[in-house]
Amino acid sequence: MSMAFNEEQDELRKSVRRFLEQKSSSADVRRLMETDEGYDPAVWQQMAEQLGLQGLALPEEHGGSGFGFLEQIVVVEEMGRALLGAPYFSSVVLAGTALVESGDDAAQKDLLPGIADGSTIATLAWVENPSDWTVNGISATAKRSGDGYTIDGKKTLVLDGHTASLILVVAKADGGPSLFAIDASAAGLTRKKLDSLDMTRKLASLELSGTPARLIGSEGDAAGIMERTLRLAIVALAAEQVGAAQKCLEMSTEYAKLRVQFGRPIGSFQAIKHKCADMLLEVESARSAAYYAAWAAADGTDELPVVASLAKAYCSDAFASAATENIQIHGGIGFTWEHDAHLYYRRAKSSEQFLGSATTHRELLAQQLLAAESV
Amino acid sequence: MTTTADAALTNAGAVRDAVRAFLDENFDRDISLRTWLSRLVDSGWASPQWSTDWFGKGLSADLAAVAFDEFRKVKAPGPPAGLGRMLAAPTIIAHGSDEQKQQFVRRILTGEDAWCQLFSEPGAGSDLASLQTRAELDGDEYVVNGQKVWTSGALGADLGMLLARTDVDVPKHRGISYFAFEMDQPGVEVRPLKQITGDASFAEVFFTDARVPAANVIGELNGGWGTAMTTLMNERVGLGAGAGLNFPISAPAGRKIQDQLEVSVGDYIDKVSGGRSAQAGSAGRNMGLGALVAYAKKNGRDKDPGVRDQIARAYTLNQLLAWNGLRAKAAAKAGKGLGPEASLGKLMMSHVTRQNRETALAIVAGDAMLAGKDGPLGGSVASQVLFTPAPSIYGGSDQVQRNIIGERVLGLPKDPDISRDVPFRDLKVGTQSKAN
Repeated sequence: MSMAFNEEQDELRKSVRRFLEQKSSSADVRRLMETDEGYDPAVWQQMAEQLGLQGLALPEEHGGSGFGFLEQIVVVEEMGRALLGAPYFSSVVLAGTALVESGDDAAQKDLLPGIADGSTIATLAWVENPSDWTVNGISATAKRSGDGYTIDGKKTLVLDGHTASLILVVAKADGGPSLFAIDASAAGLTRKKLDSLDMTRKLASLELSGTPARLIGSEGDAAGIMERTLRLAIVALAAEQVGAAQKCLEMSTEYAKLRVQFGRPIGSFQAIKHKCADMLLEVESARSAAYYAAWAAADGTDELPVVASLAKAYCSDAFASAATENIQIHGGIGFTWEHDAHLYYRRAKSSEQFLGSATTHRELLAQQLLAAESV
Repeated sequence: MTTTADAALTNAGAVRDAVRAFLDENFDRDISLRTWLSRLVDSGWASPQWSTDWFGKGLSADLAAVAFDEFRKVKAPGPPAGLGRMLAAPTIIAHGSDEQKQQFVRRILTGEDAWCQLFSEPGAGSDLASLQTRAELDGDEYVVNGQKVWTSGALGADLGMLLARTDVDVPKHRGISYFAFEMDQPGVEVRPLKQITGDASFAEVFFTDARVPAANVIGELNGGWGTAMTTLMNERVGLGAGAGLNFPISAPAGRKIQDQLEVSVGDYIDKVSGGRSAQAGSAGRNMGLGALVAYAKKNGRDKDPGVRDQIARAYTLNQLLAWNGLRAKAAAKAGKGLGPEASLGKLMMSHVTRQNRETALAIVAGDAMLAGKDGPLGGSVASQVLFTPAPSIYGGSDQVQRNIIGERVLGLPKDPDISRDVPFRDLKVGTQSKAN
């Protein structure tokens, strides 16, 4: 396994970074985080039309460009760095991946092209209990109704659930947890935007009451689909955390060079210098974890379950630590609303929990290590 | 170091074929270790990442790893993995004259000489440039007086990388010279130092009118600080992640153990087989996580959530150490010199060592109070506990590494050093007062 990106992937990174520097400046991020929608439809369309980001890793036969998971990782890392306000993680990383993993050709043919060209904003609604990111304990139910199904139940922590036009929902059918597609305008669907700690990442709750739904795949497929989808999603989230943590490191280092106290830049004091050095080691180690997991995902190796949880756990801790230290190094100014440090802190503490905490993923890692013949 | 590469060895396949051809022709379990080492050194395979001009093949780290992989398949012993190979040889290749390279480097690779590092002093640890050991010219020799400390392998060493002050009238960094110093002489006394582990793997070294030829200055006279930086950089790499760039087992070194080079290659392999990798200084004292996990399962400790968390943490840091190394290797181009990034690996190793200790302790619980034959895993948990403070001190403490990372990687301003521009004789360092 080579641990370096190729030239095309480096070029992709450059063009995404250039685009986000223009379209997702600090002022843009702040403007959008104060809105309910949290994204700029014009920028969203430009992402699709100029850079093809939504369809980048989706299959070519369904309107995507057919690139692999490594390209996807490069994109989400850059989005994390810029704290881009956009329904990319929900629509592409969660819903898009779930459709691909469902193996349901007809549903893919109908639904993926819209996700790929940005005209559809999709999301994935499965969580009911904030301490359980699996589908094992869900109680939403799906009943057969004519050609389709109707769903009753509640979902929470649904990323962009209030703005998505297509919602993939996990509900229990006779055959077990199953994946369904519902239209945002469907009868019996009530959506409520929730106030979120990370204002750049919008969340909603859903209530479904006899809401008509289309089955994706077969009854009972959702356990497998969600396991594979979330495994890739946690690697993508880890990469997003790396991008944001890198930005925290750069903010800290830059400030430590400029801020003068006691007649010296504070970065010349070991108390600050050593914090920055530790931050660099953690960010670089987090990068190794996320990239290694991404390569395992791209190559489809059987170590993916181990390294994906490893990456999510380590990158969550590393980003939380970088975001916290970034505020500390900035002192009082870092605690002000005007400074961006809190935006990264909000993202760090929120994404630390999103898709399972570091503690949860270390437990998953330990289970697999202990189940193995030898470590 | 400029690197001249073997033009034919441009890809992994070519390297693999070349090593196999070399092994077919030269590798024989019945020849003596000495004969094998000399074939290895003359072929350039003993240190394939070095320049073809000086005992190497000029391979990138990636391709060298391919070569070592082939040697690993037949368990071929490589050159000694001690400080001669890790520190002295790359330093002499970078700064020495051609005569010095001929004189010293080959003997390091063939196991004829063992080296030690005569850098630290009681008054010069992290502030190494304040060292006081003096070397004064007398004819075509220097006369050395002073004291070194924390010298690993001093008892078995034939030569030392000696830093001594050759000019006291200039600031401290500008009056130091770097010598290849013969240890076996009347003016040298080695006193072993007992460590907290109970072992005595390092020593104090005292010099009383000891002698070293002026021709043995490596690099410029009074330019020893620059030469020493090459040694320290190689040390950080060796003590950090390393990149697995080595033979599976390594030969012994030194004039005192030359009889050990007469054994057959086969007997030597059998003797050390199952022994640990020769990777100098790397996680040598870190217990394998595998043994700990097996112990946890056997004793039902794997049911404890705290233990499980510690196992995951240890696995994570050990993997990250390796992956950081792989990424650095992938980024490095052939012949690219070592950078300050090596300090990241060195610092990471301290974290890994501490984490391994904590994981071991969580698993063995109360039995951690026992040591030696009564201690868990044959006393290795107790040994690990006692060894753990070392890596964050030796080879430049964690604090020194953080300074290097902060200043040289991140570009943060230096801590003002008020002694930096003052002539050495006017400094209050070690036992020197200003009355000197």
